[in-house]
Amino acid sequence: MTALSISNLKKTYKNGFVALKGIDLEVQAGDFFALLGPNGAGKSTAIGIISSLVTASSGSVSIFGHDLVKEREQAKSCIGLVPQEVNFNQFDTVQGIVLNQAGYYGMPRKLALQRTELCLKQMDLWDKRNSISRRLSGGMKRRVMIARAMVHAPKLLILDEPTAGVDIEIRRSMWKLMKEVNQQGTTIILTTHYLEEAESLCRNIAIIDQGKIVENTDMASLLARLNVDHFVLDLAEPLAVVPVLEGCHVERTSDKVLDVSVPKAVGLNQLFSQLSVKNIKVLSLKNKSNRLEQLFMDLIDSKSSQNNPTPQITPSPPAPQGHKGEGKGEGY
Amino acid sequence: MNYSIALKTIIKKEVYRFLRIWPQTLLPPAITTALYFLIFGKLIGNRIGTISGASYMDYIVPGIILMSVISHSYSNVVSSFYSTKFQRNIEELLVAPVPNWVILTGYISGGIFRGLLVGIVVALISMLFADIVVLHPGLTIAVAILTATLFSLAGFINAILAESFDDISIIPNFVLTPLSYLGGVFYSVDMLTGIWQTLIMGNPIMYMINAFRYGMIGVTDVDIQLAFMMIAGFIVLLAGFSLVMLHRGTGIKN
Repeated sequence: MTALSISNLKKTYKNGFVALKGIDLEVQAGDFFALLGPNGAGKSTAIGIISSLVTASSGSVSIFGHDLVKEREQAKSCIGLVPQEVNFNQFDTVQGIVLNQAGYYGMPRKLALQRTELCLKQMDLWDKRNSISRRLSGGMKRRVMIARAMVHAPKLLILDEPTAGVDIEIRRSMWKLMKEVNQQGTTIILTTHYLEEAESLCRNIAIIDQGKIVENTDMASLLARLNVDHFVLDLAEPLAVVPVLEGCHVERTSDKVLDVSVPKAVGLNQLFSQLSVKNIKVLSLKNKSNRLEQLFMDLIDSKSSQNNPTPQITPSPPAPQGHKGEGKGEGY
Repeated sequence: MNYSIALKTIIKKEVYRFLRIWPQTLLPPAITTALYFLIFGKLIGNRIGTISGASYMDYIVPGIILMSVISHSYSNVVSSFYSTKFQRNIEELLVAPVPNWVILTGYISGGIFRGLLVGIVVALISMLFADIVVLHPGLTIAVAILTATLFSLAGFINAILAESFDDISIIPNFVLTPLSYLGGVFYSVDMLTGIWQTLIMGNPIMYMINAFRYGMIGVTDVDIQLAFMMIAGFIVLLAGFSLVMLHRGTGIKN
């Protein structure tokens, strides 16, 4: 079954900025799907339209077969959203935030209390349930948003940069949790700037750039296209000159560190054979960049140069609905 | 889909919000109106005498109660909904399957509850200064509820259109307060002369205050039916306008 179907979706903001130029996308039920793209590519606009925060200019979106316009409430009932920025009432308690969201989805009080407890325990927040949310750390606030998004057990969970700004320990625990949620049958769409995250979690991927889908495939096929690996070699002894290694491109970043680009056709065995012949001892080796990151940059660069031979100044997408002046908190 | 749960959730959240910050929401009107009763009613009122057969203290009590209902129902909704926009937690409601009429009814109910609660607080304080027997309780309560509804809707529209905290204080300070003071809280239309008597008839708050005063002490300068029709008409108009703006996503969606 198709969890999400997007057809010819377009969005032009009032200031003339064309955020989406007609995208088509399908995400199958049960998938863990990555939606990637550089800043301003149209990811957040697409997610905003799917989650009813942004109005589409044209095109259609259906969620588990429910058209977002014609069967709005059924479609919305299937979605849980974890937005990029903290957007809950910072004066509410952690439990109050999650309970209220359950109420908005029409969940009876008894069930809402059970689900809230379950989600907060999953997020390791049960001890903080009576804390005022503004006093939580950044990582905890993100987990509150995940608990809130999951309280009504959505079939489709949209995670818009859920691990931005959280430390590595929390990030790893969130990855584990996301995997578990997906294994339990929830379809997940993830946007992230941590491409390592997308590579390790997602099975399928779409890359969006300048309002268009420039790639839509499965992760394995995409990674298979990478025919050059980049490594950093730490050497035991300093080198005075850059060694010549057949079939590889070598750069010396310091006297004991080499950057080496190795085509798949050459491979690591051949690289190390050549290094041994030249009596170069390697202490350690690491990937220079994440594999997906390399592909991502290649794709974006090639599409950008095709679309924009000369640099242009284009209008920016508008900021979220403008609110000027100093905040006064909860009002009066 | 059970909308009553979503509606109850919004109403509970709204009522809990203003009760939680009661020193900002309930205490100030109690102190301000006690001063009104003391200064205008007791000290100055004794020298004014009676208006339409009622003592000056009795005459100003209904106006001051309704003025409090008006300002607090308005400020509750404008402040709460604008804060919801400002903190972007309106997105919690927009993502969820909550119809626009439920969002509107929930926020308006919060305004009505606060307006009426403040009205009750002010009425209790007035009992320390005046000995009023409410002549038409049903009519009095109906005017209070309808007026609170009307100004909650007005506050909602202000919040939707506001782009800064300045925008939510302009209407209360420069429109509501002058219209309330000029709406016959402290005087009768008969006390005005010439053009002023005609001008004041164009102030809708004057009709509400007089209808409320009629309910409490049986004294009015306007036709009660006309006052009800006017309040009901404004409610329908503002509710329709609010729903259209919510449908369009004005101020809350890109």
